[in-house]
Amino acid sequence: MGFNFSENGFNQLLESLNQDYQIYAPVRKKNKDSFSANDLITYDLIKSLEEIELTVKSKYSAKEIVFPIRETLFHFVEGEQFIASDTDDKYIIFLRPCDRNAFKRLDKIFLENGPEEDIYYKRLRENVKFFVIECTSGFDSCFCVSMESNTVEAEDYAAFLRFEENGVSCEVNDQDLAVEFSSQAEEIKFEPQFIEKNKVEVKLPDREKLTNEVFEHQLWTEYSQRCIACGRCNTSCPTCSCFTVKDVLYDENKKSGERFRRWAGCHIDGFTEMAGGHNFREDYGDRMRYKTMHKIYDFGERFDFDMCVGCGRCDDVCPEYISFSKCINKLSTIIEEGV
Amino acid sequence: MSLTAEKSLKNPYLSQKAEILEIFQETEIEYTFRLESDFELNFGQFLEVSIPGYGEAPISVSNFTDQWLELTIRKVGKLTDRIHDLEEGDYLYLRGPYGNGFDFENYQDKNLIIAAGGTGLAPVRSLIEYAGNNLDQLSDFEVLAGFKDAGSLLFERDIKRWRQKFDVLLTVDKTCDIWGECVGLITEHIAELHLENIANTEVIVVGPPPMMKYSIIEFQKLGVPDDQIWVSYERKMHCGLGKCGHCKIEDNYVCIDGPVYNYAEVKEIRD
Ligand code: SF4
Ligand code: SF4
Ligand code: FES
Repeated sequence: MGFNFSENGFNQLLESLNQDYQIYAPVRKKNKDSFSANDLITYDLIKSLEEIELTVKSKYSAKEIVFPIRETLFHFVEGEQFIASDTDDKYIIFLRPCDRNAFKRLDKIFLENGPEEDIYYKRLRENVKFFVIECTSGFDSCFCVSMESNTVEAEDYAAFLRFEENGVSCEVNDQDLAVEFSSQAEEIKFEPQFIEKNKVEVKLPDREKLTNEVFEHQLWTEYSQRCIACGRCNTSCPTCSCFTVKDVLYDENKKSGERFRRWAGCHIDGFTEMAGGHNFREDYGDRMRYKTMHKIYDFGERFDFDMCVGCGRCDDVCPEYISFSKCINKLSTIIEEGV
Repeated sequence: MSLTAEKSLKNPYLSQKAEILEIFQETEIEYTFRLESDFELNFGQFLEVSIPGYGEAPISVSNFTDQWLELTIRKVGKLTDRIHDLEEGDYLYLRGPYGNGFDFENYQDKNLIIAAGGTGLAPVRSLIEYAGNNLDQLSDFEVLAGFKDAGSLLFERDIKRWRQKFDVLLTVDKTCDIWGECVGLITEHIAELHLENIANTEVIVVGPPPMMKYSIIEFQKLGVPDDQIWVSYERKMHCGLGKCGHCKIEDNYVCIDGPVYNYAEVKEIRD
């Protein structure tokens, strides 16, 4: 079902949705970027159309809404473990196709990989409705078309929105929301559009041609020198799902505290450190190689699609101007030309 | 925030409490803790072991029965320091078991050789016990255990007992002070093993990464094919559930796909 809203009409829709949902969208926070005096574009709760930042890419993705940066697994007191009960909160997340597709990657790890579902992810994820933002021109560093994550299927979203000069056109799939949409707008025909060409394109290496020599190639040594292991590429990535589990003790006598998990990243020191101090990838170039292979090869071997969705955020945030898309292309060239 | 107690069944991150029944000192820094247990275990699996407030660590089960399991724990950090303060009657918190473990069927009626370096003996100890008690299920059985020095010898009482039933070749890297046994690296003694009938031999190699690497090379030199070599990998496992990513090597999650692998399948993978 397609609808057209005036700006006012859309704000009324948001107001009524806000009764039942917490609505998250990319917003602009003045001078909040931690590394400069720039504005920070990130996800936060919104109440009106004017708050949504649509002109630039968000630095962080929406993943932290479902996979928080730090999340309590349980509290403990005197050896008893307590988990925080589910909240009834329901969420609407405004996001672009690449980021919607990134959630498919997170779903694979948290809900399908291994013997059990991750209940912490699941209980938030179940309460999310996606509102996909139409994206037909992309941004400078995007390469979603090459990663085949520029499109979404109707089943992947509750609503698909086109933000226009004087309002919003959209399609609604979710029956629960159809009433609310229809009461505030006129019905139209709506066909979602997707970006067909990015400024950046990557050529994925031929899986069959990947040899052992590729792992040893000097391509990676270049990154040993350039990368500073800050991990920003991991934290900004909408598909990075790794975490570390830790305890805090509030009160030594009462033995009370909590066990929590926190985002971890394969570029950061200590990621593979075992008890006793042995590390598996001390060299930063090896970490770049490991991440690259995971994003465009290993994950795809296990599941049906590659992990990277080509959002380009890792390029945008790297303080050393390391470009992931360039790395993929260099790797492909090396493989094509034979090592 | 309201709190409710939940059964561990529903939440794979919750641990169950297990009483320490007995503690055995192995070395200055390694102790074996025997704990009450109703886990259904396979040889070579691991548990996530914790004391709330001090963190969690993956530890392989070093032996088990229906009533108890043993964990051999080295003192190397905040959690394990704390564990070493515990006494019989105290509790540890466990969740698992995780990983595939060794499938005995792969060794049935074979000449089984287990080469273990140092603490690598812990994950194969339950398999050694089982093999030693069921020698009729193997055509031959032999253990090669290497230690740095006398001070790092593990499971001394077991080794003495095992030796009454099957061959245990003991090597010591530097000194000759363990019962006057072979001096030298474990790799230097591999040629002395019973390898007459290679076609019917299966080899398990477990230990620190360099020991595994060079031992495998020795076995290969003697003609043991890769698919008759088995390894168990140790990685940093934060969850045991295929979620946290710390244990991943290429497209393998060691915590769920391993830790036991046939070497032919993993010889090319790299961290
Ligand atoms: S690897 Fe980079 S381009 Fe790919 S999804 Fe992650 S942040 Fe985006
Ligand atoms: S953001 Fe750049 S410098 Fe930082 S870890 Fe990633 S690649 Fe290395
Ligand atoms: S230990 Fe967490 S994924 Fe393997």
